[in-house]
Amino acid sequence: MQDRPTADELLAAVEGFLRDDVMPNIGGSGSFHARVAANALAIVRRELTHEEAHLAAEWDGLAELLGAARRPESRDAERTMLAARTAELCDRIRRGDADDSEFRRQVLQHLRMSIRNNLLVSNPRWIGE
Amino acid sequence: MTSNELEERLAVFLQRQYAGAAVRVDNLRLLTGGASRQTWSFDAIIRETDGETSVPLILRSDPRATPGIVTGKTEFALLQAAHEAGVPVPKVLFMGDQTFDVPCMVMERVEGETIPRRLLRDGKYATARKAMTPQLGEILARIHQISLDSPGLKALPDLAGGASPAAYQIDKFEQLYRAITPDPHPTFELAFRWLRERARTMSKIVPALVHGDFRIGNVIFGPEGARAILDWEAAHVGDPMEDLGWIAIRSWRFGNDDAPVGGIGSREEFWRAYEDAGGVVDAERVHFWEAFSNLRWGIICIMQAKTYLDGRSKSVELAAIGRRVAETEWELLQFMEEW
Repeated sequence: MQDRPTADELLAAVEGFLRDDVMPNIGGSGSFHARVAANALAIVRRELTHEEAHLAAEWDGLAELLGAARRPESRDAERTMLAARTAELCDRIRRGDADDSEFRRQVLQHLRMSIRNNLLVSNPRWIGE
Repeated sequence: MTSNELEERLAVFLQRQYAGAAVRVDNLRLLTGGASRQTWSFDAIIRETDGETSVPLILRSDPRATPGIVTGKTEFALLQAAHEAGVPVPKVLFMGDQTFDVPCMVMERVEGETIPRRLLRDGKYATARKAMTPQLGEILARIHQISLDSPGLKALPDLAGGASPAAYQIDKFEQLYRAITPDPHPTFELAFRWLRERARTMSKIVPALVHGDFRIGNVIFGPEGARAILDWEAAHVGDPMEDLGWIAIRSWRFGNDDAPVGGIGSREEFWRAYEDAGGVVDAERVHFWEAFSNLRWGIICIMQAKTYLDGRSKSVELAAIGRRVAETEWELLQFMEEW
């Protein structure tokens, strides 16, 4: 167990430094890149907050489309398997399974959820959050 | 090349171009770096019998020759043709020669701003905001009217694919996606099939010159409006409606989501100006290209992030752009659900 500040608090400190101290004082393209860097830290902070819930939602969504599977214990193994299952979904789309059917409706619904979650982390304003 | 070396070589080069007049180079500075394409700004001070003239210029080096990217002589010819057609562009003056280590060209420097956020937010650009949408519509119509038989344009990439540039470009970007993507993207898989189905029934086109990256960000503007159109590297022969779709995607609205044309204007206003200047709008094809443009931009985001992931670049900007792919996927879902 680490002492305070927490990971999120540390990231917030660096993000604040980039926005409040670096950006206004560096000028030119440096200011632009400082903003990009601060935004990147904000993305990481949101990802740390949402990661567990989003991975679970992704897992459940794919299970509904492709059938149930045993969910790995470790997060790394879960990521690897999510990528493999998503690649399997891609194969089914390429075979034409989602061209026009109930399956298409389900796939679109799953993608709405999954991409919405990605945007909640990467750019919440894109979805009005 | 150091800045001092470049200054000397430029002076020697320009002296020859200006028929032996004494030329001095002043205020040389690097505007945009990067290994592949550099842009230098400088003033050429030309001494004449009755005094000195200062000419504001740009030296632009070429990126490494890449298939499908317009550079060198072709870009020079294209900018000349655009200038002659009344399209505001920096006037190109000289092709570089063996004086320099890399292929390059010298063009006049157009002063102004390119950063979209300033155009959209600064009070200084209120007049420009009013003027830009019809201006851009008119300029785009002129670009599309440039004759493909103009000198030097035979070497432009032909993406018309016979008469179906849509099918041709879907294939091209699908291949690129499959070659580079680190992650599976089901939305893109759906989009390839969905766009291909729509391309099949689209009306035949008359191939024209397409700018290929026509959007704010690639326009130099002043307080009064547009001054020059930049970034012609993606120019090609294809469907002119592609440019009308590309400019309207949400990624170029910079937060002003209800103004589809660059976050400043409406499609109607833009299209009216385009038609008043002699262009013909095919709304269904524009809609197709707008959907396609989201896919294209999404794949370009992957490509740019990949340069970071592969270790070819250390740029935080290129790294972060990988997370923008989801924005284009979200827009594509909208298109596929609503059509």
